[in-house]
Amino acid sequence: MDLKDKLISSFMAFENKVDVEHPVHDIRSEAIKNFEEKGFPSKKEEAWKYTSLRSLQKVDFSIFPKESNTLEYKEIKKYFLHEIDTYKIVFVDGIYSSFLSETTHDGVDICLMSAALTKPMYKQVIDMYFNKVASKEESLTTLNTAFSREGAFIYIPKNKMPRKPVEILHFSTGNEASIMLQPRNLIVAEENAELQVIERHQSLTSNEVLTNCVTEIFAAERAIVDYYKIQNDAKTASLIDNTYIDQKSNSVVKVHTFSFGGKLTRNNLNFYQNGEYIDSTMKGVTILGYKQHVDHHTLVHHIEPNCESHQDYKGIYGENSTGVFNGKIIVDKIAQKTNAFQQNNNILISDKATINTKPQLEIFADDVKCSHGCTIGQLDEEALFYLQSRGIPKKEARALLMYAFANNVLESVRITELKTRINKLIAEKLGVRLGFDL
Amino acid sequence: MAYTEEELKKELETKEYEYGFYTDIESDTFPVGLNEEIVIAISKKKEEPEWMTAWRLESFKAWKEMVEPEWANVTYEKPDFQAISYYSAPNSKPKYDSLDEVDPELLDTFKKLGISLDEQKKLAGVAVDIVMDSVSVATTFKKTLAEKGIIFCSISEAIREHPELVKMYIGSVVPQRDNFYAALNSAVFSDGSFCYIPKGVRCPMELSTYFRINQAGTGQFERTLVIADEGSYVSYLEGCTAPSRDENQLHAAVVELIALDNAEIKYSTVQNWYPGNKEGKGGVYNFVTKRGICHKNAKISWTQVETGSAVTWKYPSCILKGDNSIGEFYSIAVTNNHQQADTGTKMIHIGKNTRSTIISKGISAGKSQNSYRGLVQVNSRAKNARNFSQCDSLLMGNECGAHTFPYIEVKNKTAQIEHEATTSKIGEDQIFYCNQRGIETEKAIALIVNGFSKEVLNKLPMEFAVEAQKLLEISLEGSVG
Repeated sequence: MDLKDKLISSFMAFENKVDVEHPVHDIRSEAIKNFEEKGFPSKKEEAWKYTSLRSLQKVDFSIFPKESNTLEYKEIKKYFLHEIDTYKIVFVDGIYSSFLSETTHDGVDICLMSAALTKPMYKQVIDMYFNKVASKEESLTTLNTAFSREGAFIYIPKNKMPRKPVEILHFSTGNEASIMLQPRNLIVAEENAELQVIERHQSLTSNEVLTNCVTEIFAAERAIVDYYKIQNDAKTASLIDNTYIDQKSNSVVKVHTFSFGGKLTRNNLNFYQNGEYIDSTMKGVTILGYKQHVDHHTLVHHIEPNCESHQDYKGIYGENSTGVFNGKIIVDKIAQKTNAFQQNNNILISDKATINTKPQLEIFADDVKCSHGCTIGQLDEEALFYLQSRGIPKKEARALLMYAFANNVLESVRITELKTRINKLIAEKLGVRLGFDL
Repeated sequence: MAYTEEELKKELETKEYEYGFYTDIESDTFPVGLNEEIVIAISKKKEEPEWMTAWRLESFKAWKEMVEPEWANVTYEKPDFQAISYYSAPNSKPKYDSLDEVDPELLDTFKKLGISLDEQKKLAGVAVDIVMDSVSVATTFKKTLAEKGIIFCSISEAIREHPELVKMYIGSVVPQRDNFYAALNSAVFSDGSFCYIPKGVRCPMELSTYFRINQAGTGQFERTLVIADEGSYVSYLEGCTAPSRDENQLHAAVVELIALDNAEIKYSTVQNWYPGNKEGKGGVYNFVTKRGICHKNAKISWTQVETGSAVTWKYPSCILKGDNSIGEFYSIAVTNNHQQADTGTKMIHIGKNTRSTIISKGISAGKSQNSYRGLVQVNSRAKNARNFSQCDSLLMGNECGAHTFPYIEVKNKTAQIEHEATTSKIGEDQIFYCNQRGIETEKAIALIVNGFSKEVLNKLPMEFAVEAQKLLEISLEGSVG
């Protein structure tokens, strides 16, 4: 039985586990119908031209995790940003681990999707925001919607700001042969609210994992949201990450994506600017090796005038890895005075690595400043020679140059400890100890 | 008195397509529809050898199995392929030894087009092959060229007289099954130009073809084949016009360029097919497949100025097969009113040290949509490939759209690819600056647009550059509002 049939038949079993009377269930039923009709996207679709999901569909994933898998904190401590205090929402094989987590209801709500979907006190928020910006057409998003039950739920009321950043961690233990996880996150920042989130998916074994994650982020007037995605998973873990962001006037949302690991990673990052004077930033560093495949798909839809968007993606591709970047900017007719910038720079360090990039602009307004730039090249031989002539070994010299290449993406990371952590990850990925304190 | 924008707008709206006239020449037109008999009849009419008929039928068979592509960023009513006449020839004697024998009315047409043959002969030094409703009418300067061993004639003549060359190269760059329109063209092409430059010869003059669709309800399917043998050079010009008509006419051409070792081909197009009226009615569908192959150290340079057609769908491409070969693409695409253009290029790097440059300038005005769609592909063996692409769009008015779809696929670490694109409008400060110095708005716009497209205009041969500049002005007059 292929994965699609399995998922559709599992939906009935899933219905026994959730409250089918709840209005959210109508959304789920609608969503599964869409998925049933469309199925998994194939390479024939323009958006999936360079990424094939065929091999994943052949894996016999278990859809529902066993009820209890526990982990010791010390086993997984290194995956936390343990240098500073954070709120933590931790899932083990898709099940919430209250033992490892630290949630709050003190002024702000940092808790669980399952709670939000069932408790009456959250009904209003769910009615207002759940599945409101996520696509109702895109098949993998609707697949997630159909099985949406668990994930992170963060609600920051007007003029509030949580005392510390929030970490969302998904662990898979590999106690089952192969597992498919479908976390669903909802993040709402009301007027003037501010929030920082770090999200990470981590597989702890070499068993196959497929995560199809959907995150909806709503930033109301003047809200500020910083979202960091760390993708440094095991070589057998695949991730399809769909993020939908709805911004209102004067809000600022920044999404940083650090892709260093995993087998197949697909990031669908969608920004919808529903207001004026909005600032949307998406930045990414991708460093790949082995046979890894990362596909970044971004969409910025400029719907109202006077907004800005900034994109900066850097990629370093080694061995047999493949990188894809597809950045789409749509500027509507009324969205005059839009400034949209997009930059995608890549370094290929192996003959077997491939990069496919397609920066795309669709512009219907005339008074705009839009640009995109894209480069593919190598390390500068002269710079390398300069460093070597000063006694820096070739390997370190190369790493230094690559580090410098990726560095300006890190500049906008506002959590110092996170920046340090990512620097370490980069150094690790490049296989060197950089001679300065990161 | 100051020339206000209102007046300008009015003038533009009432401005008719300059080349819109219809010459009443008796012509020999086939019944509408397409089937094997028609394909055979076309072949027979052209007195073609058997292999050519077979080749056409093979293409027709392939075409029947294909479906019309829909991926382009254009919307249009699909042509009914059974409602088109696939052959229409001006009904005069098929060959002329001198201009005197040509139907005077036909000569008048060309005079109106501004390419009177005798004038051309004397002044421009351009050898012209004119294809009117798909049949090649006259080739001037044939004798001068023949002395150098250059063959420049209609493709039907080439099929009859130089079958070995045609057989060897036709379909070698654009195979019959390449795409829907290429297959259709391969089956029913009625004429076109053929050019062969022998080894080491530098063609002494610009070669030129003029295409024109005259008869109503006909499609034009011409086929151009240019072969530059080792170490030769040719510059080839192509111009296109059609009279105004209400229904949409179809133009599906195939151009194949072959640049053998050390050869260079420069191919320039000024396309000004009828774009339809200001409500978007009528106009030509321009679905063209153009591709060239470069062998060792060869160079192909495409330059195009696209101002006409209701719908344009065109990607002049270079296959850089030989080591050290060079591909260039310079394009200006202007769309106004309801025109739609989806145009760009493909640069396929296969050989080592191959280089390509893409400069594309899109200008959209009125309610038009202008897309750049390009592919730069570096294969795993293409060491030290180099590409620079730049696509800039200029928007005039808030009802038009500019789109870019650049695909970049790289499989070699030594490749160096740069791509940049910008979209903006004409700056008010720029216009103000000109106004302040006594240059009226309309002139100022022309000046700015010319500056914007200068890089491409500079690549055109002299005679064409002047015409192209004029065309830009006509297409854009008063479109800033």
